[in-house]
This record gives sequence, structure tokens and C-alpha cells, in this order.
Amino acid sequence: MSLELRGITKTFGALVANDSIDLKVETGEIHAILGENGAGKSTLMNIVYGLVAPDSGEILVDGVVKKISEPSDALASGIGMVHQHFMLVPVFTVAENIVLGHEKTGFAGRLDLNEARERIKKVSDQFNFDVNPDDLIEGLPVGVQQRVEIIRALIYDAKVLILDEPTAVLTPQETDDLLKIMQELKAQGTSIIFITHKLREVKAVADRITIIRRGKVVGNASPSASQSELASLMVGREVELAPDRGAHDVGAEVLVVKDLSILDITGRALVNKVSFSVRAGEVLAIAGVQGNGQSEVARAMVNLEEHVKGSITLNGEEIVGKSVRESLHAGIAFVPESRELDGLIGSMSIAENLILDLHDLAPYAKGIQLFPNVVLDEAAKRRDEFDIRLQNVTDPISSLSGGNKQKVVLARELSRPVKLLVASQPTRGLDVGSIEFVHKRILEERDAGRAVLLFSTELDEVLALADRIAVMYRGEILSIVPSGVSAQELGLLMAGVVHA
Amino acid sequence: MRKLTVKRPSLRALTLPGLAFLLAMFFGALLIAFSDSTVLKHIGHPISFIKAAGVAVWQSYLALFEGSVYNPSLATPHDALLSWYPLSETLVTAAPLMLAGLSVALAFRAGLFNIGAQGQFIFGSIAASYVGFHFHWPIGIHLIAAVIAAVIAGAIWGGLVGLLKARTGAHEVIVTIMLNYVALYFLMWLLGTTTFLRPGRRDPISPDVLNSAKMPLLAGSNYRVNLGIFVALAAAAFVWWLLTRSTWGFRFRAVGANSAAAKTAGISVPFVMTSVMAISGALAGLGGAVHVLGSDFSLTSGTAGNFGFDAITVALLGRAKPMGVVFASLLFGALRAGGGTMQANTNTPIDIVLVIQALVVLFIAAPSVVKWVFRLKNVKTTGELAAKGWNG
Repeated sequence: MSLELRGITKTFGALVANDSIDLKVETGEIHAILGENGAGKSTLMNIVYGLVAPDSGEILVDGVVKKISEPSDALASGIGMVHQHFMLVPVFTVAENIVLGHEKTGFAGRLDLNEARERIKKVSDQFNFDVNPDDLIEGLPVGVQQRVEIIRALIYDAKVLILDEPTAVLTPQETDDLLKIMQELKAQGTSIIFITHKLREVKAVADRITIIRRGKVVGNASPSASQSELASLMVGREVELAPDRGAHDVGAEVLVVKDLSILDITGRALVNKVSFSVRAGEVLAIAGVQGNGQSEVARAMVNLEEHVKGSITLNGEEIVGKSVRESLHAGIAFVPESRELDGLIGSMSIAENLILDLHDLAPYAKGIQLFPNVVLDEAAKRRDEFDIRLQNVTDPISSLSGGNKQKVVLARELSRPVKLLVASQPTRGLDVGSIEFVHKRILEERDAGRAVLLFSTELDEVLALADRIAVMYRGEILSIVPSGVSAQELGLLMAGVVHA
Repeated sequence: MRKLTVKRPSLRALTLPGLAFLLAMFFGALLIAFSDSTVLKHIGHPISFIKAAGVAVWQSYLALFEGSVYNPSLATPHDALLSWYPLSETLVTAAPLMLAGLSVALAFRAGLFNIGAQGQFIFGSIAASYVGFHFHWPIGIHLIAAVIAAVIAGAIWGGLVGLLKARTGAHEVIVTIMLNYVALYFLMWLLGTTTFLRPGRRDPISPDVLNSAKMPLLAGSNYRVNLGIFVALAAAAFVWWLLTRSTWGFRFRAVGANSAAAKTAGISVPFVMTSVMAISGALAGLGGAVHVLGSDFSLTSGTAGNFGFDAITVALLGRAKPMGVVFASLLFGALRAGGGTMQANTNTPIDIVLVIQALVVLFIAAPSVVKWVFRLKNVKTTGELAAKGWNG
């Protein structure tokens, strides 16, 4: 089945989200739509799926104009969509989720799942999904939950499958599995629209690439184009994908972590006797698949974890047992894993977010008197230094894009005297331009002689920034390897495979 | 001039509460018409029914106004100003309500739902009353001491809640509801003790506070309006300063909006919870003092009336902002003061006032109703405020 969009335009107030977009997806092809966050990819797909009504333009399925004003119209036309955030009920089984809204009932309204079970098994076997219809959703890994979403679309006869940022939530292994599944689907005749901003994945599976920037199609590319060509098209300027890591001197040990164990409330060890050290002017990356204890180690660096054993010293000074505030003021900059939850206060202003840590110290305050004007002046300074794109420093932080939010976090954390920068997933969810900025800034800190402890699940990021790489697996450090390691080798280590 | 961080309260912010009030008055009018027996006699004749309903509603709302702001028939040949007597009553009711409302609003801003203003108010009343009737101190000092005692009592009763929440994670809504009962029964027990029982009386009522501890009257002995209203306004100014111009308020707001991020930035969440509840309790306690030292003078088991609970409504109507609380408590003070006159002069029971109060809150909590009725777009809503606080 082919899908064609002609002149799709959608505006939200003054913002033109889609500006007369033309797009054609042929039968059995993987068509990647590449663009930065906010380029209009999701709006376009929501239009195709009937979630958003376009101002103008038409949608053609197999050459026939279709009116799609609701998701049910899209499904009836053979268009299925897997959203970035899954639409599954966690406490239901796979089969229950899939029949939801189309339940078949037997005698006296009894739910009949047998037919659904059969069909799930059939689809699962056909594409090697390895999904059991009776498993509870909440017990399944994210990658499998995503396959459930794909099965749902296929069972309702989707011939064109829209995948909205499908790899954003996946581990490297799960990503590889998904890419294989996509190729299998394509081989059996399903067309796929693959929305993403990750260049490597596009090059790996796409047949054709359409690049969208600021609501407009700015070009088409074949997968043979280089990553930097694609990135420049996407961002609209030259982009440095692998930041320049100049020669530099490594100094004395700044951070020494010894036999660090972190327990949960029940006393189970989330992190088990981890030891490592970071020198001045060095980036130590702690790599690993999400959920292997890295988040806890990161939080323990500033005493955000409660049940901690072992020792963390900063220039010889013990950190464990101090308050969060004391840890920060001892010279640790902390970029938390979740900007939205732990890094920023969404309803407070940009200026206020910039001084969360220092709000009660001079020059912002004297005694308990706060000086809002000083806060504003300082915010303006930081805005310039960190190139934070904003309209007004008094606007709420939630009005900023992800990249600019992260710049606010960095600006705040790096404004104290810093000996150690702890950055946890610093580029998660950011677009190429912002990733470039964050990476440069992290390396600048390293070159200025600070110790950097980077936690990342992104192989590319680890390889681009780290001087040494420690791989965490199930709460322990499997091994610490030099930066020259290959991506393949690192991927295996992250999966828990150690060389004999 | 540089721009300040705090935006001036705009008219837009008042749109929704104002319209919610209008809508509540409209439903109140329907209720007045349909509950009036003389109006209902005309039910078979549409024209005379509408006429009679209009008269009933007009008379009731006129009586409400005359009972709360200005009533020309009260003027005497010697003193024309007496027609403003109802306004004085409005201010007398509004002052304690304003303080209790500020208490709830401040806790709101720190993400805590203080249902316990009632209990803190009671403890403030007890402390102010005890100091007021038991000691014989000079004018000025006596009043200040009684007020300080009330503030401390309220702060302890409120701070206890914060401490429990910070140390044990106990939900403040449950704790404050329970502590309200404790406060009420403690008061009733106290009124049976020889210390608090008024000599010569067997019903539970305490002695009047001494004149030296009473709030000075502002407009002479014909009017009950007293210094309390200025105390309340000063407290509103203080809360505004605290929230927008102090490091403590900064922390309160940070913890209220996102305690995880506040903690990550090194702010001590337990300390904030305890201190904000202590200040919140102090404000409610001050409300108790203003009530006992300003207009009631003695304690009974009903001393706190409904102040602590109306305070929640007032904070909600005032969008948890000091200025908003000032206006909301003046409005509620007026409704309370006028309700009695309305009941006395017309067939309309005082309960209509309670219905109007309840409807105002309902419409503010469900802003889409107001928007739909008035065909509004893009007006800021306070619905989230009404829903907040319960998720701890």
C-alpha cells in the first residue's frame, strides 16, 4: 500500500508546524523522516493518524483521497501508529490490551480472549516477536511492550506503520532488535514511516530519507549519505558530530570511590561494592544499559541516595554522610538524569531556576532578603554565556525547548567553583544541535582540568567523550576499558558478556 | 527601571473568580425565587411569576448589600455615618478570615494542603484569651503579649504537622483533620476547668479578656471595627514579601512546585515543610487572636466558628495569592455579615449565602463551566489549584 501526502499545512497560532508538506511512501519501503525536535514531524504524523486536523492538504492511500478525521478512519484505511509513549494498560495482559476497544464476548458477557491469543501468537511467530499473549504488560521490558504495540497495529491490518521516535526509549540491544523487526516487516510488504533524529539508525534501515526543518521538507537523501551531510541538512548548518578532543594533561585523582554499595528500602543491593577513580582533566564514562545501577551511583555522588555504604572522596574529603547542599558546595556539579523531574522546577522562572542552589547566598540574598533584580541580572549574563535561547528570563522554564532547558541546568551547575562534573544522561532527548553544545561544554570542562564523571546509555556519546569507560552490569562494574574500544565490544560488555 | 520578577496582578487574573461569583449569584437568585412561597403562588402565570421572582431576588440581594456595606435606614439625625455600620461588621468578620486564609494560601504555595487552620485558629484563640484574661499588664504590652502567645501557639500546632510530615511522611491532610478534632476537644475540656470557667457561670464560657488586651477600636464605640483588620492587611503584606522577596519564600515555592528538583539543588525539604507549616499555623493562630481580642472577647466551644474551613475556600478563591486572599475574605466577610440581615428582612434564609459560597468554589474548581457560559477563551484557570495538594 502506498501513502501520499499533498500540501499538508498546519499552523498553531503564529507557529507554522507544517508548511505545505509533500511526501510519498511506496509499498514495502522504510521511509525515514528526519528532523530535530520541534521540526514538525510529530504534528505531521498526528495528522496522518487523524489526531490533528490539517488546515489544508490531502492524504491519498493507493492514489485515492481519504478523509481521515479520527484514528479509526486511519485504521480503516490501513494506517497504524506506534506512539513514542505507549498506549498500554500496565495491569492488563498483552491479549487484554490488544482486544481493548474491540472485545469479543461469550455467554453472559464473558470476555473471550482465545481468538486474540491465537492471532497474537501467529503474528508473533511470523515476525519473530517472541511475545506471550498472557504476560502482564507491567512485567515486560520496554522493547517488548513496543512489540505489543506493533502487533496491535498489525492485527488491525495496518499496511502502513508509523513509528514515532521508536528507539528513544530502547537500549542499544533492543534498538538492534527493532531494526531487524522493521526489515522483516518490510520484507513481508508493510510500509514503515520511521520518525527519528538518530542518524545511525536511519542509515541502517531506511530506503529513503525525507528531512524536515521548521515545518518544511528541506530535502531528500539516500541512506548512502554521510552522517554529517544528514546532520547539516537537519540542523541547517555545519555540525561537528565528533567533537574535537585535543591533547591534554591528566592530573591527580580528584574523585575516589571505594566499595560503594547502595541498597533499596528492602535491603537489596542495587549497587554492589563499586570502586573507581577519576583524575583531573579526565572523562570517565560509566556506560551500561538503563537500570543496572548507574542512576543510583550518580545520585550517590551528591548524597541523594539514602542507604549508602563505602566511601566517596573528593580531593581526599569524604562526601558520604554530608547533606546534598554540602556535597554540591564541596565542588561537585550535578546534572541529573531527568531534567524535568530533578533538574528544573517547571513553573518557576528561568532566572529562578538558574539560582536554585545559590539563592540564599550573596549577591542574591542578604540574610533572608532576596534581591530579585540581582537574580535577573545574573540570569541575563548566564543566558549570554550559555547561549540559552529565550524570550524573557522571567518566563517559566517550561516554555523552553529541551536543549535550552539542559543549558539552564549546565549554566547553574557550572557557576559554582567546580572540581568534579557529574553528568547523568546529559543529552537524553536532545536534538543534534544541543547535543553538540553539551558535548563541547563537557570537553571544555575536562580541558580546564576538571574531573568529569559521565553516565550514559548512548554508545556514541560514550565513545565520543570518554577517556576511560567503566561498564556497569547488574550493580557491578564489569570492567574499565580505554577509549579506543570498539562500539561492538562495548555493546557486548553492556550486555554482560566478558571476554575470556 | 528594571523589570521585577513579580508580575503585577492583572485584570485577567480576576476574570475567572469574578465571573464565577456572578454565576453563583445567578444560581442563588434562582434558588431565592423558587424557595419563596409568595413567588411560587404565581407559578401558573408566567408574567406575574417573573415579576414576583424579580422582586424577591432584588429584595434579598438588596438586604445582603444593606447588611454588609451601607444601609441608609440606620442613619440617625445625630449621626449620618451610622449607615456605614454594616461595613464595619464586614471588616470585623473579614479580619480573622483573612489571616486564616493567608495561612492556607501560604501552605498551598509550598505544596501543602493545610486543612488544619481551624485547629491552629483554636489554639491561637486559647492562648490569646488566657493571656488576655489571666494577666494584669499595662495597655499595649498586654495586647502585644496576648498576640505573641497566639502566634506561638498556632506555630507549634502547625509546625507539628510539618514535622510529622517531614520525619514520618504522614500526609498533612489526614494529620491536620485529626488535629482539628484534638484542638476542638481540648478547648471543650479547658472550658470545664476552673482556670477557664467564667466565675458565676456553669455553661462553658471563659472570662472576657481585660480591656488592656483588647484590640483598639478604629471608629469609636459605635462600631466594632478594630485594629484586627490592619493586622490582617499587614500579614498579607508580610506573606507577599515572604513569598516573593525572601529566600525562605523562594524555598517554599521551589519545594511546592517540584520537591525532587528542590532537593537535588540542595534545599532541605524537611526543613521547608516544618517551617512553612509553623508560619502557616502562626498566621491562623493570629487569626484566632484577632477574633478573640477584637470582637468576641471570650472563648466558647464555638469560638472558631467556621473560620478555619472558610479559610480554605478563601485561599482557593484568592488563587493562593496574598492580594487574592485579601479580596476573597472581604467578599466572604460581606456575605456573612449581610446574610443575617437578609434572613431578618426577607423570606430568604441565610443558607443561601452558604450556597453561593459553595457555588463560587465549585465554579472555580471547574473553570470550563464558567468559560462555557461566558464563551471565554484563553483565560488562566485555577482548576489545578483546587485539585492540587491531595497527591502529597
